Amino acid sequence: MEAAMDLMRRMPPSLSQQALDSLLALLPAHSSQLLSRSDQPLQVAWDEEFDKDYLLCDYNRDGDSYRSPWSSKYKPELEDGVQPSAELRKLEQEANEVFSIYRDQYYEGGISSVYVWEPEDGKGFAACVLIKKDGSDAGDGRRGLLQEGSWDAIHVIEVKEDEDHQFGHYCLTSTVMLALTTANQSSGPFSLSGSITRQMESDLSIENGHLCNIGRLVEEMESKLRNGLDQVYFGKTKEVVFTLREPLGVMSATSHVGQSLQRMIVNDLGRSR
Amino acid sequence: MEDRISEEDEYEELADDQKVAIGKWFLLNAPPGQVSQVAKDVREVLMDERLYDQAAKEAFPEYNVKNMISLEMPDGSGQVLLTEFGQLDRSRYLDPRTASVAVVDHVKQVCTEVRPADDEDLPSAYVEGFRFSVDAALMKYVDDAFQGGECSVYCTKGKDVEKSGGEFELTVVICNSSYSPKNFRGGCWQSVWRVLINEELRTATLQGTISVNAHYFEEGNVQLESSRKFNDTVTLQDGKDAGTTIVHVIEHLESVYLSSLEEQYSNLSDRTFKELRRKLPVTRTLFQWDKALQLSLTREITREFSNKR
Repeated sequence: MEAAMDLMRRMPPSLSQQALDSLLALLPAHSSQLLSRSDQPLQVAWDEEFDKDYLLCDYNRDGDSYRSPWSSKYKPELEDGVQPSAELRKLEQEANEVFSIYRDQYYEGGISSVYVWEPEDGKGFAACVLIKKDGSDAGDGRRGLLQEGSWDAIHVIEVKEDEDHQFGHYCLTSTVMLALTTANQSSGPFSLSGSITRQMESDLSIENGHLCNIGRLVEEMESKLRNGLDQVYFGKTKEVVFTLREPLGVMSATSHVGQSLQRMIVNDLGRSR
Repeated sequence: MEDRISEEDEYEELADDQKVAIGKWFLLNAPPGQVSQVAKDVREVLMDERLYDQAAKEAFPEYNVKNMISLEMPDGSGQVLLTEFGQLDRSRYLDPRTASVAVVDHVKQVCTEVRPADDEDLPSAYVEGFRFSVDAALMKYVDDAFQGGECSVYCTKGKDVEKSGGEFELTVVICNSSYSPKNFRGGCWQSVWRVLINEELRTATLQGTISVNAHYFEEGNVQLESSRKFNDTVTLQDGKDAGTTIVHVIEHLESVYLSSLEEQYSNLSDRTFKELRRKLPVTRTLFQWDKALQLSLTREITREFSNKR
């Protein structure tokens, strides 16, 4: 199992679906563990009643059916499928409405789904917020810059209230997966793909309601992950390339050319003394 | 919740050749420098030495050539690059610089023996003159620009051309890869330039492909893949070293590629990434969570209201 997870980490992110399928075929006995420990791009289903897309994950699945956050019905149809309590269902409905607006403002398109459920220990509740965006030219891209562009965000939040119901303890685990290929033909294909996962915990007053708190945490986390990818991860891949092949002509004290030049000058100085 | 895989699938074992194919697939897709760790994992998940050996035997020769790995020659004459251009058969590779043939063990990734190359595998003295001049200029360039990089120049067409006026092709290969688990990074640069030299026309026509891969995996896993093709023709002047002229063009085009990469990266933050998710909402302020709930209620009421009408 550890070897299998190590393989998942080492394979190129663009091949992770194929890697997972291969491991599932090879190690059928570990299938549930493999599926729960490796994140894959979100699948989409259609709610006919509400005329809306929704996203699939382990938290809205019962058997082979998936529950829509809009109608709360399972597809393929399931008569006795698990349903959240009336109270949690109300929160789920509100969350889906609010996160749709959030998604429109940050993503200018895409699909979002929120699922709420009661955890196994019966304390507090848990929710997951899923957002998927196809930013390619053919999808919801506005600027025609991407030939391929997918963003999948999975946020899982566990919420526990204190005894006086004044504060909530929020534990958030978020994963973003992305894959993009630019549409610039003249400079050849340029693709970046990958995923990062982060956790965050916070105690907040529930005065304004759980939804407000969950929303703010997810918003903060998404900004953090986006910046991390943009500033750190992409930057590091660029650094790798520019170490493999140095930009000649740009001399710096740390570059190979710069260093050998420095050595020559130092030697010359030594000799002329 | 039930498991997604139903009972009957659970006990359906893959056939041996399917297992070998899966093992081979993982090995072939190992990132630069990480094939030995991947091999260790593959051996564990296959749980069968015989099948692992079969997968390794099939995958390693392909992996080594695709990734243009370089191996130390045991006679101390330097490194030999394993490329399709120098491949004589499955285990023998020509090193044009030393005019020798390296015998390699693919799975162990070592060169076991070096022999002098047969005359029939080497170009004519006339072509060798050009090859040598390109190789000399190339080594200098690679030493300057690719720390730890390897390069080779092969004659891939018309190696028997004996005198001025003929046409032959040299293939220039540059490869530099790095893997540093300590810094959570690895990557590979490969460039292949096919240089068609026509002595009569005094021209060299270049067709090149640069491909680059970079991997960063500290608390995440992000990978870059990029490639670009180039075409160019250069006039070979009398009295000027052909090798220097050709390598100068290669150096220039590779610098052009690097600048275009730089540009792609700088567009990423400002423009490209916006296609996926904006830094700030269209409203340019953080999302108003307290008002949003109100807003969604209003939307709902409006919707219900208009439905009733």
